[in-house]
Amino acid sequence: MSVVTLTIDEKIVSAQEGQTLLDVARENAIDIPTLCHLDGVSEAAACRLCLVEVVGTSRLLPACVTRAAEGMVVHTTTPKLVEYRRMILELFFTERNHVCSVCVANSACELQALAASQGMIHVRLDYLHPHLPVDTSHQQFGIDHNRCILCTRCVRACDEIEGAHTWDVAGRGIHSRVITDLAQPWGEATSCTSCGKCVQACPTGALFRQGSTVAEMQKDREQLAFLVRARKEKQWIS
Amino acid sequence: MSTRIVIDPVTRIEGHAKISIFLDEADQVKEARFHVVEFRGFERFCVGRPFTEMAGLSARVCGICPVSHILASSKTGDRLLAVTIPPAAEKLRRLMNLGQITQSHALSFFHLSAPDFLLGWESSPATRNVFGLIAANKEVARGGIRLRQFGQEIIEALGGRKIHPAWSVPGGVREPLPTERRDYLLSRVDEARTTTQQAISAFKDLLDRFSEEIEVFGKFPSLFLSLVGRDGEWEHYDGILRMIDAEGNTLVDIDPQRYFDYLGEHIEHDSFLKSPYYKPLGYPQGAYRVGPLARLNICQRMGTPLADAELVEYRQRGGGIVHSSFFFHYARLIEILCATERIKRLLEDPDLMSNRLRAQASINNLEAVGVSEAPRGTLFHHYCVDENGLLTRVNMIIATGQNALPMNSTITQIARRYVQGRTIPEPILNRIEAGIRAFDPCLSCSTHAAGQMPLLVQLIAADGQVVDEARR
Repeated sequence: MSVVTLTIDEKIVSAQEGQTLLDVARENAIDIPTLCHLDGVSEAAACRLCLVEVVGTSRLLPACVTRAAEGMVVHTTTPKLVEYRRMILELFFTERNHVCSVCVANSACELQALAASQGMIHVRLDYLHPHLPVDTSHQQFGIDHNRCILCTRCVRACDEIEGAHTWDVAGRGIHSRVITDLAQPWGEATSCTSCGKCVQACPTGALFRQGSTVAEMQKDREQLAFLVRARKEKQWIS
Repeated sequence: MSTRIVIDPVTRIEGHAKISIFLDEADQVKEARFHVVEFRGFERFCVGRPFTEMAGLSARVCGICPVSHILASSKTGDRLLAVTIPPAAEKLRRLMNLGQITQSHALSFFHLSAPDFLLGWESSPATRNVFGLIAANKEVARGGIRLRQFGQEIIEALGGRKIHPAWSVPGGVREPLPTERRDYLLSRVDEARTTTQQAISAFKDLLDRFSEEIEVFGKFPSLFLSLVGRDGEWEHYDGILRMIDAEGNTLVDIDPQRYFDYLGEHIEHDSFLKSPYYKPLGYPQGAYRVGPLARLNICQRMGTPLADAELVEYRQRGGGIVHSSFFFHYARLIEILCATERIKRLLEDPDLMSNRLRAQASINNLEAVGVSEAPRGTLFHHYCVDENGLLTRVNMIIATGQNALPMNSTITQIARRYVQGRTIPEPILNRIEAGIRAFDPCLSCSTHAAGQMPLLVQLIAADGQVVDEARR
């Protein structure tokens, strides 16, 4: 595989051909914020937080699915990008009900951490406050659609790591929501193996362990990447 | 032509409210009414949420007494799970509630009411506050602030933070008390007790000067309700729910799970505060008082040596069953004293350091009630859930609500004594407010509201015309 050389934020870096800009940036300790990206599963390019500017291209490009190319000049934190990211975060907070103070994932939430790190100090739009259901029909886990940002990490983790494909997305636009099996209550979804990978994959408090109280839902997201790596490298049998 | 005086907003209480004083054709005070003008809607928007969130959600009702809600909610959750929580968890919850009672009572006495006692009802409103108190009597102010701090440190030591600690949960508590925090609290408890004893001593000296206030600030016979220990001891967390009459006779011992058989909630046309009443006597005859005054009237003893000795003198001064709402302040101090003694006892209990703190279970009851004593009085949380633990109905009966009718009686009594004609001079305004402050109302809780409470008093004529207004 050939090596390409490119510039990210004035820093000259080298990358394997085919590597994403996100990968290359992180290898070089350049932070690009993400929400839908999860190590170990495929990319959805859904959250748009990893948008970067590439010189010579008028559109903003998502770093998670844009391949590094020879001579590319990339900017990750221009004023325009910073403003876009804040706006994206504001839209997340507007669309559903994300009140951190009473959330099970308070202090362990990627959305909350990003809002803080990206300087989102207020929301300029009206909150929609939809009345979305909470499904606690599963014996061990629950889903609060009010906290879901539709990143689809649960969908991909369930399909690609566990192989159950219990989760999917139904509806369109603002009416989209994640479903279990054919939009049945989670407790009745026969494909679910109750492995809990979706819960670990979830960046917010949308998926939680039953009985969790405020700020009690800690998530071990690195475990999923470990499972994938161990499987790929056959660490179980070596 | 009758007249109405309006006080809006009421100051140095917790929340927003106003007072209307109605005059008759002869410009004599006919009635005074206390209105809480905030709406919050917790009982509605919690519906649909998992019951396990309720301790954290309902704590947000109030920044002064979140612990009370957390405890009542956790107790309700224990019953939904149908578990008996581990003994150490109960002791730790009790410790936190004693910390809560200490800090809340200290706030009420030293920060909110002491300026009236020590600086005088007629002193300038500009300095009649905790800062004026600091300037006038540094030691008293310092002691009060440190006492409140001590109560909050207990809450922080257990729950990790002073306000809204998400620590007590259905089934028990989340974290043990770290040994070093226990040792630190033990090193502070003697100072807290001494401060309280000094405050009691000073208040007793002042009582002789307040003979008029004792008679006028809400002295009337009423029913009283509180938890009491099975052996008659002062109780704040569990025990028997008892209603007594004005002479001290037990009317009924209520099973908390069936409180609704005895307690009704009247909706007022002019306030977001609901007014509970004792059903057998109906509304408004069934009005009852809760809080320190009620707890000290109902218990036989405090259960700690120093507080017991003070209780004897309190009853001598108050005449057995105490009817004067002015004695709420006195009762509050005795409760702090009792709390400091009990805190020391608990901190020295080796069981407290156990790591068995939380019972795990799934939903086993679909309806439950949790009752505990908040600083201001008996607090009820009542939840109905579906089979998956999602709330289908929430009812909370808050201490301040239960004191709503007695607060109206109190300000009516004060207004009749002091309001002459169609104006409200400032010192009279302050006395009316002080009548409310005696109850230490928490309006954020009672309307399930936030912020500070300014005061508006309106004087209203018989034809409904507002003839005078006094506002902070």
